[in-house]
Amino acid sequence: MNAQAVVILPIALPLATMVMLLLSLKSVPAQKLIGVVGSTLLLLSAATLAWLVDRDGILVLQAGNWPAPFGITLVADRLSSIMVLLAGLMVFAVSVYSLASVNDSRVSFGFHPLIQLLLMGVCGAFLTGDLFNLYVWFEVMLIASFVLLTLGGERRQLEGAIKYVTLNLISSAVFLAAIGVIYAATGTLNMADLALKLRSFPDEGTVSVLSMLFLIAFGTKAAVFPLFFWLPASYHTPPVAVSAIFAGLLTKVGVYSLIRAFTLLFVTDLEFTHNLLLLIAGLTMVTGVLGAMAQNEVRRILSFHIVSQIGYMVMGLALFTPLALAGTVFYIIHHIVVKTNLFLIGGVVEQRFRTGRLDRIGGLYRSAPVLATVFFLSAMSLAGIPPLSGFFAKLTLIRGGLEAERYAIVVAALVVSLLTLFSMTKIWNEAFWKPAREDAVTNVSPRRRSRIGRACLYGPTILLASITVGIGVMAGPVMNASMATAEQLLDQNAYINAVLPDGPTGQVPAVSSERTSQ
Amino acid sequence: MDILLAITVGGLYAAGIYMMLRRNVVKLLIGLGLLSHAANLLLFTAGGLVRGRVPVVPDEGAWPLVIVADPLPQALILTAIVISFAVLAFALVLIYRTYQTLGTEDLDELKATDT
Amino acid sequence: MDSVILKTAIRFLLPLLLLASVFLFLRGHNEPGGGFVGGLLASGAIALYAMTHGAAAARQVVRVPPRILIGSGLLFALVSGVAPLFVGRPFLTGLWTTITTEGLGKLHIGTPLLFDLGVYCVVTGVTLVFVFSLLEE
Repeated sequence: MNAQAVVILPIALPLATMVMLLLSLKSVPAQKLIGVVGSTLLLLSAATLAWLVDRDGILVLQAGNWPAPFGITLVADRLSSIMVLLAGLMVFAVSVYSLASVNDSRVSFGFHPLIQLLLMGVCGAFLTGDLFNLYVWFEVMLIASFVLLTLGGERRQLEGAIKYVTLNLISSAVFLAAIGVIYAATGTLNMADLALKLRSFPDEGTVSVLSMLFLIAFGTKAAVFPLFFWLPASYHTPPVAVSAIFAGLLTKVGVYSLIRAFTLLFVTDLEFTHNLLLLIAGLTMVTGVLGAMAQNEVRRILSFHIVSQIGYMVMGLALFTPLALAGTVFYIIHHIVVKTNLFLIGGVVEQRFRTGRLDRIGGLYRSAPVLATVFFLSAMSLAGIPPLSGFFAKLTLIRGGLEAERYAIVVAALVVSLLTLFSMTKIWNEAFWKPAREDAVTNVSPRRRSRIGRACLYGPTILLASITVGIGVMAGPVMNASMATAEQLLDQNAYINAVLPDGPTGQVPAVSSERTSQ
Repeated sequence: MDILLAITVGGLYAAGIYMMLRRNVVKLLIGLGLLSHAANLLLFTAGGLVRGRVPVVPDEGAWPLVIVADPLPQALILTAIVISFAVLAFALVLIYRTYQTLGTEDLDELKATDT
Repeated sequence: MDSVILKTAIRFLLPLLLLASVFLFLRGHNEPGGGFVGGLLASGAIALYAMTHGAAAARQVVRVPPRILIGSGLLFALVSGVAPLFVGRPFLTGLWTTITTEGLGKLHIGTPLLFDLGVYCVVTGVTLVFVFSLLEE
C-alpha cells in the first residue's frame, strides 16, 4: 500500500460499506451501525487524502496499471481532495442525523446502502480524470439519488421525482452526446490529454459547440439559470436527511465539473465562454433569491437559495482570476457546510410541527434555544454577516470582482446578499421569534425523546454550526488553502504533467512487456 | 453511411423530443428512451465507422497495419446502454407507482410540487 | 400469463437457459460474451419463470434473495479491484495465474474473471429486483 492507494479509498470504502450493508439489510441496528462506521472511515480517509495532497502535490492513480491516456486515471489535486473531504464530512453528519430521523421502514428498504452508493458516485466524480468515467460516476450518483428521492413513495415525492428524473436524464443525454463529439474531434477522453489537444485545436467553431454542450450538461446538474427548475420542484419532498445531503453535495458535483471543464479544457476562448458564464452567474443569483422570497415553506425557501448561491460559485469561475477562483473555492466550502446544516435544522423544525409552512409554526426561540442559536449562526453565515464563514467567502468574491473591474456582477452579488438576509430574517421571524400559534400541532417534543435520539438530531447541527464559526474565526488558513487551490487550478501544466509524465502521446502505444505476456 | 446514420440520429432526437413534449407520462418515458438511443448512435457514428472489422488487433506486430475498428466507442456505448437500461427500468417502475398513487398519467396534473 | 405451453416448457427451458448463461459468462473471457449478457440471460430465464409461475415460486427457485446477489457481486468486484494493492500493483490491475487440472488441461484464470463473476451476480440481482417488484404489485 502506497500513497497512491489512498486515492482509491474514497471510492472503495463506500463500496465496501455498501456491500456489508446489503448483506445485512434485515437488521435495522446493524444498518445504522455499519452506516455510521463506514461514514466515519470515509471521513478519516478523505482527511488523509487531503493531507497527502497538501504535502506531496497532485496524486495520480492509473487504474489497472494502464498508462494515461489509455486507461482510466484517478487524479486528486487540491480541489478534488477538498471536495472529497467535504463530502465525507457531510455524509458523516447526515448519517448520524439519520439515526434519529429516518424511520425503520426506510432503513430496511435500503436507506444506508443508497447513501453509500450516492457517496461513491460523488467521490468518483470528484476524483476521476477521464470524461467518460465522469459520466459513469454521474450516473451512479443519479441512480442512487433517484431511489433516495422516492424512498417511501409518498405522493409528492413521486411527483417531484418525475421532474427530477426527466431533467437529469436529458442532461445525461446531452453529456453523452458531448462526449461523442469530443472524442470524434480529438480522439481522447482523458482530461489532461484533452487539455493539451484543445489548446492547439484548429477549428474554433467545434470547440465552442463542445463548450456549450458541456455547459448545458453540467449546468443542469449544477442548477444554473435557466436550467434549475428541477431543483425547487423536488428538493423539499424527500426525508430531511436525504434532502440535506442532496442540498450539500449533488449540485456541487455539477459546479465542480463546471470548474474542471472551464479551468482545464475550455480556456482558449475566454472572451466568449467566461463572459457567458458571468451572465449566467448573475441571472442565477437574482432568480434564485427572488424565487426564495416568494416562498413560505422552510425547505422550499432553502431550495431556492441553493440556486442563488450556485450563482456566486459560477461568478468566481467566470471572473477567472486567482482571487476570484479562490473565492469560489471558499464559497463552496462555506456553502456545503452551511446549506446542509440549514436543511438539517429545517428538518428538526418540520419534525416538531409536522409541517414546514411558516404560517403554522413559531415560538422556537423560547421552546428550543439551542436550535435557535445554531439556526441563527447558519442563517447569518449564509447571508454573509461577519465574522462568519459566508462573509469571508463573499468578501473574497467581491474583491475578485472589483479587481477584475466587473462592477455589474459585484452590484448584483451585493444586492442578492441583502435579499438573502431578508429571506433568512423571514424564517427567523416566523419560525423562531413570533409566538407559536395556539392551535399549532406539535409533535412529540424532543425533550420526551430519548437522550441519544436528541444527541443524534442536535449533534450534527451543532458540529456543522461550529465549523461555520470556526471557518470564520480561522479565515486565514482556509483562505490560504483556497488561494493555493485556485493557483493550482490556473496552472494547467501542473495537472497535465502529473497525469502525463512522458509528455503528449498519440503515437504508437508503447506495449509494456508485462501486458503482452498475458 | 455516415450521412445515413447522421440523419437517423437527427430523426431519433426529433422523435424523442416530440414524445417528451406530449402530456402523457408513458410517452415521456418513450421520449427519454429515444433520446438516449440517439446519444448512443451519435457516439457510435462520431467514433468513426469501419465496415466488417472487429476491434481486435491481430497478434503479429504491436501496431495494426490493417484497419481495425476503434474499440473505445463500442465500449463506451455498451456502458451507456447498460446505464440507460437501469435508469429506464427505474423510471418505468416510477411512472407505474405514480400512476397508481396519483391516478393520472397526465403530466399537467402533476402540479403539487410546482412553485 | 396462462399459456399452458409456456408454463410447461419453461420448466425444461429454465435449466437450459441457465446453463447457456454460464456458457456465455465463461466465453466472455476471450470472445464476445461475459458477465453482463450472461447475467441478463439468467435473469431473463428467471423472469420468464416468474411470469408463468408467479413471483413467489420464482423467488423459491432462486433461493438467494436478489439483494444478497447484488451484495455478493459487488463484493467480488471489490475484492478483484483491491487484491492487486496487496502485491504492490495499482487498483484493478489484473493478476493472472495458470492452474493445471486433470481433464481440463491448463486453466488461465485471474482477477478479471472474479470481476466478471461480480458483474454477473449484480446484473442478475438488479434485474430480478425490478422484475419481482413489478410482478408483485
